[in-house]
Amino acid sequence: MLQLRNLSLRYKIPLRGTVLVLITAVIVTGSLIFREYDELKQDLLVNAASLGRVLATTLVTPIAHDDAWRAYEIISSPFQPGTREHAPQSAELLMILDPDYRVYVSTRPTEFPMLTDPGSISADYRAVQDAIRARKSAEPFPLEIAGSETLYVITPIIADGVSLGTLVAAYSTTGFLPRFFNIAQRGALVTLLVLAILLPGAWYWGSHFATPLVQLAENMGKIGSHIPADTELEIYESRDEVGQVGSAFRRMVSELRRKEALEQEVLLSERLAAVGRLSAGIAHEINNPLGGMLNAISTFKRHGNPDAAVALLEEREACGRCDLPNRLVLGGKTLSLLERGLTQIKDTVGALLVEARADSHPVSAQDIEDTRTLVQPDVHRKRASLDWDNGLREPVALPSTLVRQVLLNLLLNAVQAVEPGGRVACRVYRNSDTLVLSVGNDGAHIPPEHRQVLFEPFTSGRPDGHGLGLWVTYQIVSQLGGEIAVASEPGDTRFTVQLPVAPPVS
Amino acid sequence: MTRRWTFSTERRRLLAALAGVTASWLARPAGAGRHEAVRVGLTPVFLDDQVAFLNTWRDYLAARLERPVVFVQKGSYREIVDLLRQEGLDFAWLCGYPYVRHRAQMRLLAVPLYRGAPRYQSYLIVPASDTRTRSLLDLRGRIFAYSDPDSNSGYLYPQFSLLQAGENPARFFARSFFTWGHRKVVEAVASGLAQGGAVDGYIWETLRLLHPQLAAATRIVDRSPEFGFPPFVARAGIPKRDFELAQQVLLGMANDPGGAGLLQRLNLDGFTQGDTAMFESVAKMMRVLDASHVAAS
Repeated sequence: MLQLRNLSLRYKIPLRGTVLVLITAVIVTGSLIFREYDELKQDLLVNAASLGRVLATTLVTPIAHDDAWRAYEIISSPFQPGTREHAPQSAELLMILDPDYRVYVSTRPTEFPMLTDPGSISADYRAVQDAIRARKSAEPFPLEIAGSETLYVITPIIADGVSLGTLVAAYSTTGFLPRFFNIAQRGALVTLLVLAILLPGAWYWGSHFATPLVQLAENMGKIGSHIPADTELEIYESRDEVGQVGSAFRRMVSELRRKEALEQEVLLSERLAAVGRLSAGIAHEINNPLGGMLNAISTFKRHGNPDAAVALLEEREACGRCDLPNRLVLGGKTLSLLERGLTQIKDTVGALLVEARADSHPVSAQDIEDTRTLVQPDVHRKRASLDWDNGLREPVALPSTLVRQVLLNLLLNAVQAVEPGGRVACRVYRNSDTLVLSVGNDGAHIPPEHRQVLFEPFTSGRPDGHGLGLWVTYQIVSQLGGEIAVASEPGDTRFTVQLPVAPPVS
Repeated sequence: MTRRWTFSTERRRLLAALAGVTASWLARPAGAGRHEAVRVGLTPVFLDDQVAFLNTWRDYLAARLERPVVFVQKGSYREIVDLLRQEGLDFAWLCGYPYVRHRAQMRLLAVPLYRGAPRYQSYLIVPASDTRTRSLLDLRGRIFAYSDPDSNSGYLYPQFSLLQAGENPARFFARSFFTWGHRKVVEAVASGLAQGGAVDGYIWETLRLLHPQLAAATRIVDRSPEFGFPPFVARAGIPKRDFELAQQVLLGMANDPGGAGLLQRLNLDGFTQGDTAMFESVAKMMRVLDASHVAAS
């Protein structure tokens, strides 16, 4: 049934046409057979009644003269050799009953001999005898006996108001069957002929009707990985409903194409913006120490002796992220200043180039606990509570250093995000094939517009952050083939990291 | 039987009384010229349903008699006998039984030769499926077919046999009926309508040649003694010349090719002049039967 439902319209429509023709043919043939049966029976009754009347009249004299042979000859006359096979409506047995309901003569004398009681030979004739007793009419009447395949037509033989006997004609109703088969056969033949004429038309018409829909379906199927070009679309052109759907579809595709182009543009400009932000961030991070170092070198060059002179640098407004000391002592202090500036640049560049370190051992429950110890001072400082659930039981084949760094980053972010006295929750557990790190807090939630650039470097949501923590985290998670997801709503912000793992290390 | 006899006698008297009035009509065949047709009555003592054969035979006789010939066929022997006695027929082919009964009113013309002799038998037949019946007496309480009440082989002989056996022919069978023809007795027995029948042996043997299937559906249980073959007779008042010419033609049939061919189709060998003595055994049976009827009434 389902297969039928899934069938293409190309076949469904002609199939339905065929079924319709077949149903019509069956109904028409059936009604013809029914009518034929009715007519056949009526004909039979009319013929039988008229035959009965003729025979009954003819039989009066022989019976009155007790001429059994003549009576036999008369009732046998319809049974001349060769007449029976061609006339399904002729009686299969004629019998004359005397006034005592015994056989006077019958056309089957061996089966129903003269003088015998036919009711004792066949139950049918007991019913016939009862019917004759009950009915005192001079007219022929039919008698159908339940469960019998024989129809009886009974004609009283009456002379001058006196009953001389009764003529009983037995007709086999099974004789109708070949006739019905004949009709059914002819009906089937005509149906086949009609089908032969109609089917090619139905198939042509059906497929003609289905083609636009099938085309439309194929075109719709093309949308997915890409949006087809206008030349790829084969749309049925008309003003009917299918045509309207086709035009609407064409419009829809062109809208989609325009939208896709727009998206591409937006994406490109966003990427450019991200690159811009990234370079601006890097420039800033490097520019700040560079500015300090250049100042120190310039001061050093002006005063010549680095060891004798101590110069006080003017306190100046720097960007919030610049943590160079405000005062430098020229000479030995200048070098120290340069070293620190360069170290800061190195750190910045190092943070940008996240790499897996080879010395890592598989991460264990202890590694997770170490991380807890590391964040504990910050938590205390914030007077926040830490909801800790370390579900790791066995070591997991993931580099411990990286996992610790990811967890630490997420925890520090969370601790920084919460209000004083807030709550931080951490869950670490092992799924069948992943290690899950889930860190939540009840601090201010991340607004959607910020969420888009959350994992870009130098895009911290906080005034005092350098914006590298989440970027580094993202890089590490990507390197480990995992995923990081963030869900944030007021009162609950949660980062979930899923890292794929090989089967547990024993 | 007695009643019919009386009835016939009465009719004879009535006719005699009317003889004066109808003399000219009655005398017409007698005084007929060459153009008057010879009227020949036929009864089912032979297979009288072969129309083509009858036409050939009629033409043969007409050519020999040099007069047109008309065959008259009726439903029973009795009608032919009555016509002959009223001189409505010139000749008739009758059974021995009506001939001996009305011997005074007809003249014996010729007797056919069957298997070389002017004799035949009555056969008692039963359906071929009945293999148990050995004699007529085994058919007590059964259904029996006679051919014609004026037939020797098909009625007189079986009635006589029952009387001889001490039975009452009227009660012996559960039912009996006449078929008004020997061939139909065979048909009635073959179909099973009758469980026994009396038939002219000559007819049965001829049927066996012409319609073997019909004859094979019956079985011969008993054959009677031989009787005189059903004779050709002439009305009492037949002119001597006509009688002799007709007798000559019949007796000569065997001697010319046309006649011999016709005889062959009749399954006969020829004709002999015959005499009354040939039918004495039939007359004897008739007397026994009549006596029983008188006794019964």
